[in-house]
Amino acid sequence: MVIGLGNEFRHDDAVGLIAARRLREIGIAAEEHEGDPATLMNRWKGADGLILMDAVVSGAAVGTLHRVDASSAPLPLELFKSSTHALGLAEAVELSRTLGTLPSRVVVFGIEVRDVTAGVGVSPEVESTLVLLVVEVAKLA
Amino acid sequence: MTDKTIKVDYLARVEGEGAMYVRIKNGIVADVKLKIFEPPRFFEAFLRGRSYLEAPDITARICGICPIAYQMSTVHAIEDAIGITIPPSIRELRRLIYCGEWIESHALHVFMLHAPDFLGYPDAIQMAKDHRNLVQQGLDLKKLGNEIISLLGGRAIHPINVRVGGFYRTPAAAELLPLKERLQRGRAVCAEIVRWTRTLPIRDYTCEYEFVSLRHEREYPMNEGRIVSNRGLDIGVRDYDAYFEEEHVPYSNALHSIIRGRGAYLTGPLARFNLNFDRLPATIQDAAREAGLAGRCVNPFESIIVRSLEMLYAFEEAIRIIDEYEPPDAPAVACDLRRATGYAATEAPRGTLYHRYSFDENGIIQDARIVPPTSQNQKMIESDLREYVAPRVDMPVNQLRAECEHVIRNYDPCISCATHFLKLEVEREP
Repeated sequence: MVIGLGNEFRHDDAVGLIAARRLREIGIAAEEHEGDPATLMNRWKGADGLILMDAVVSGAAVGTLHRVDASSAPLPLELFKSSTHALGLAEAVELSRTLGTLPSRVVVFGIEVRDVTAGVGVSPEVESTLVLLVVEVAKLA
Repeated sequence: MTDKTIKVDYLARVEGEGAMYVRIKNGIVADVKLKIFEPPRFFEAFLRGRSYLEAPDITARICGICPIAYQMSTVHAIEDAIGITIPPSIRELRRLIYCGEWIESHALHVFMLHAPDFLGYPDAIQMAKDHRNLVQQGLDLKKLGNEIISLLGGRAIHPINVRVGGFYRTPAAAELLPLKERLQRGRAVCAEIVRWTRTLPIRDYTCEYEFVSLRHEREYPMNEGRIVSNRGLDIGVRDYDAYFEEEHVPYSNALHSIIRGRGAYLTGPLARFNLNFDRLPATIQDAAREAGLAGRCVNPFESIIVRSLEMLYAFEEAIRIIDEYEPPDAPAVACDLRRATGYAATEAPRGTLYHRYSFDENGIIQDARIVPPTSQNQKMIESDLREYVAPRVDMPVNQLRAECEHVIRNYDPCISCATHFLKLEVEREP
């Protein structure tokens, strides 16, 4: 199962959603998810494998593609600390692991972004990485 | 004498970004600030120049947890302006979708955000290691709330099916029925949860509040009513601006609300419960008595019991609405536009949400005002912190910090909502 996360109307933050659309264009089933990670946990319940794609702000160069295997270890908080929601992605993954609902194989792709202000359209560096991200996910999915 | 500073730079288990600052000097609380530094979001400015038809979809974006509250206050205010009365079946569907929001929002807070404070865990993940069933029950109840919203709103987050005059599409009775059985199971689980909240180690503590909420002639308030308080306030929603005002404080990106000439007040579940206990069905009143609350609750730490009771009520009300539902003749009432100003207040999970819109004869919005519950409660949160810390100034800093965070979480503050406002005057402390 492949899920792209983000907010459509916060520039670079939409990168996970855009990646999901491009994957569907090449025939790979990928879902888009906006908002509450608590709801997200219900989506992946019962899946064998899980690939998540989300924007991150860690201080690395914009456009950097981070890849983390979360199958057996928590997501590093320095990458996934930036949610303004009551429950963030890293917490949702860990809560799901504790409840026994996390798929056995979990890979999370984080795309380093710059502009998460209100508006549409992603930065050029993020656009370039989208191509790489789609290829990498296609290899795994 | 004691001198110390209690600081939390990033409050955990609240929606949005905020900080707390408490300064104790010579054993006296010298300064208390709830600092909201999430950036302002200018929604009232976005609305200007947009069509009245777009308004509910724009305001739904203010909050991912309570989009229905924004949509409801928006459509009721616009309908007030143009003089529409919606038919009873549309009114019932709006109440049903609001029940969904109360369930999902209260479940999130009761189980994921508030329960760890009582059971002594830093977060829901650690709590789930020892209380797996409890956390799973919370997620299951929340999911039922989301299902109601998805069914009526088209999707659970930022729903798209609410419009001025009604809905874009209304369901057939048969579409609602499959939900009923799941809601009945949810109600049974929720009744157990109310009993469980009574077993929590809740500290003995009371506050003197001016409670403010809507009050309806028959119902526990959601979509309509007069604005009342326990200190004699009883006004129509159109008079809101005459009795309430907002003020800017330099350290917060959210405005502070006060009742003119009186000061801070409390809105939310505790206020609704205290002002409207007689409007709850006998079954919920009995559940409240069994949980130790006989119509009155002035302990903010018991808000977890009240939220659970309101969640139970929302399940019961949702089931009633599905049982009695008869689809409307048309999904929406036609609108005759005119230059007008309209007002509405509805009861969001966190309290009274006031909206005012003015638009021209083409339905283009000229002016909008939105006052969310967390803005209204900010001043009361600070007052609570001050009262709570005063007799505890000698408590070890770590313990006092944790207890202060608990005081803040009693309110279920939604900082994202509170920073929706229009003007930001930049004033920096030296």
